[in-house]
Amino acid sequence: MAVAEAPSATTESSVRVITYAEALNEALREEMRRDPAVFVMGEDVAGWGGGGVFGVTKGLVEEFGAERIRDTPISEEAIAAVATGAAATGSRPVAEIMYVDFIGLAMEPIVNQAAKLRYMFGGKAKVPLVIRAQEGAGRGNAAQHSQSLEAWFCHIPGLKVVTPSTPADAKGLLKSAIRDDNPVIFLEHKVLYFSKGPVPEGDVTVPLGVADIKRPGRDVTVVGIHTMVGKAITAAEQLAAEGIELEVIDPRTLVPLDLDTIVESVKKTGRLIVSHEAYTRGGYGAEIITSVIDAAFDYLDAPPLRVCARNVPVPYSAALEQAALPQVDDLVAAARALVNKER
Amino acid sequence: MAIQTQPDHHTTELNGDRLREAVRLMLTIRLFDERALALYRAGEMRGTTHPYIGMEAVGVGVMLALRPDDYVTSTHRGHGHTIAKGGDPKRMMAELLGRATGYSGGKGGSMHIADMDKHMLGANGIVGGGMGLATGAALTAKLQHTGAVAVCFFGDGALEQGILHEATNLAAIWKLPVLYVCENNQYAMSARSDWSVAGGDPAKRAAGYGIPGVTVDGMDLFAVHAAAADLLERARRGDGPSYLVCTTYRFHGHHAGDPLNYREREEVERWRQQDPIERVKGAIVERGVMRQDEVDALEQRITQEIEDAVEFAKSSPEPSPDQLMTDIYA
Repeated sequence: MAVAEAPSATTESSVRVITYAEALNEALREEMRRDPAVFVMGEDVAGWGGGGVFGVTKGLVEEFGAERIRDTPISEEAIAAVATGAAATGSRPVAEIMYVDFIGLAMEPIVNQAAKLRYMFGGKAKVPLVIRAQEGAGRGNAAQHSQSLEAWFCHIPGLKVVTPSTPADAKGLLKSAIRDDNPVIFLEHKVLYFSKGPVPEGDVTVPLGVADIKRPGRDVTVVGIHTMVGKAITAAEQLAAEGIELEVIDPRTLVPLDLDTIVESVKKTGRLIVSHEAYTRGGYGAEIITSVIDAAFDYLDAPPLRVCARNVPVPYSAALEQAALPQVDDLVAAARALVNKER
Repeated sequence: MAIQTQPDHHTTELNGDRLREAVRLMLTIRLFDERALALYRAGEMRGTTHPYIGMEAVGVGVMLALRPDDYVTSTHRGHGHTIAKGGDPKRMMAELLGRATGYSGGKGGSMHIADMDKHMLGANGIVGGGMGLATGAALTAKLQHTGAVAVCFFGDGALEQGILHEATNLAAIWKLPVLYVCENNQYAMSARSDWSVAGGDPAKRAAGYGIPGVTVDGMDLFAVHAAAADLLERARRGDGPSYLVCTTYRFHGHHAGDPLNYREREEVERWRQQDPIERVKGAIVERGVMRQDEVDALEQRITQEIEDAVEFAKSSPEPSPDQLMTDIYA
């Protein structure tokens, strides 16, 4: 996987290979050292196994203390609402919702308070809030612990939505999210926590709203979210043997969306696939397709395709779970169909 | 912890200039909301308005026990809290009429007036919406050692919302400096609180969290102020949150369009006998703080001030269409 473009320069020697979870941990640690207004709150962020059920907050309580790494009771609405109030009064909270599936309990403060205070108050308020959660399937966690719900937040004006797929992006985007003066829904992926990649040491940020071309190609544009970026790269490697070249784009942030990068790619390839683990129906992929049609209809050589999850609760059994999720083979088949339609 | 129902009056007496200020604020709230109702009925205001009329002793009694840097969250019935926290009636009225000079530049309306500079964190269109915000403001105060406290006003309808439990529990275990003030005005829209709220006196719930819960006559400025001052002092000391339940009544309907078919005229009349402004006016004259003619002159002056606010609002421009897509993101 390519290293994220880093606007603030760093030296070559400072890049190491670490996990996505470790990269997030590093971002939190660096931002908390930099700014005393930053603090972390959430369920089991301090006490559980040294910090967080996936280790993202590991060791932070030792460095920053229990005042700034605050374990909460199991109260998702209060976590989101209290963090919003803290953000509106000069703190910069990073609140964690352990599984995005639990965020239904916290939608009121996110949607009606955090997202809207600034607008409702005519620009007089700012809400520098990060809500971290992890989403996605692949670990047999079944229907209430495996969803990808990013589209819920993309629908709401006032929120930013971030979905890193690599360790370097995870670190650089989280640092930008913490420095942003708006509420940012920062969605990690539970399977990606264990993935490794090169990550620059020190203060290297990735700006919100800039997509990354993870693999260049001339024939089909694939816009993937989270695990679908890696699957698209695998599909591209298979298809390269047949002479079909995929261009794999990771939008990295869904709001704001770097539509220009996607549109430029489609103007080159004439073909578009969007791919995410979220349910196909009402998913953000449909929004991306519509936006591309608006901007570049005449450049499309074939109808865009969605390679996304089936419209079914995520099942438990490995066989069923795999069937519900979009796979590399689905991407390969979709790309072939698009290219052959043209030929 | 024991439930107090008789606050310790003598410790926090309101008198002199502060009592004059209380009367000024209560009259301003009353006259502002009466004028807002008239504007709505005349078809000059969109949406709706939720009058605070009858409940003025609650907002003013609590607010006079606050420091300027203390935080306040309000409700859909928010005009009184904004005025009591020092809000500008001109900018409020302009917001009600959706003008560019309003607090939110016409983007919020009656239910979304905030004065962030004065730490008034906004009215709120969601029942219970302020509970987390106030608790979060208290967390900022604690983390940044500012010594400020937060006050969360809410109605009896919000006693039925889940966030109250979550926020109270969190504030109690973290000992956050927050005072939850329930304005029990007897009705949540048409639902009587003695039907919709289980368990009788809501202040009794506080015992379940190990925090104080106090119920006072919300039509009595002095009782509200004294109880609030005690509980705020406790919060400022670092001893954590508490509940203050103020038994009060809204003289008008839930909002300007309320059919008011669910309560008897006699009941309203009984409560009007307890009018908190008449009670304070009586006390202020009786105590020799103001003469009756001074009170009358004050009322006239405020009436003119509200008329000036209406004039300011009406003569202000509508927001420019190019403001539509601004202020979504910082």
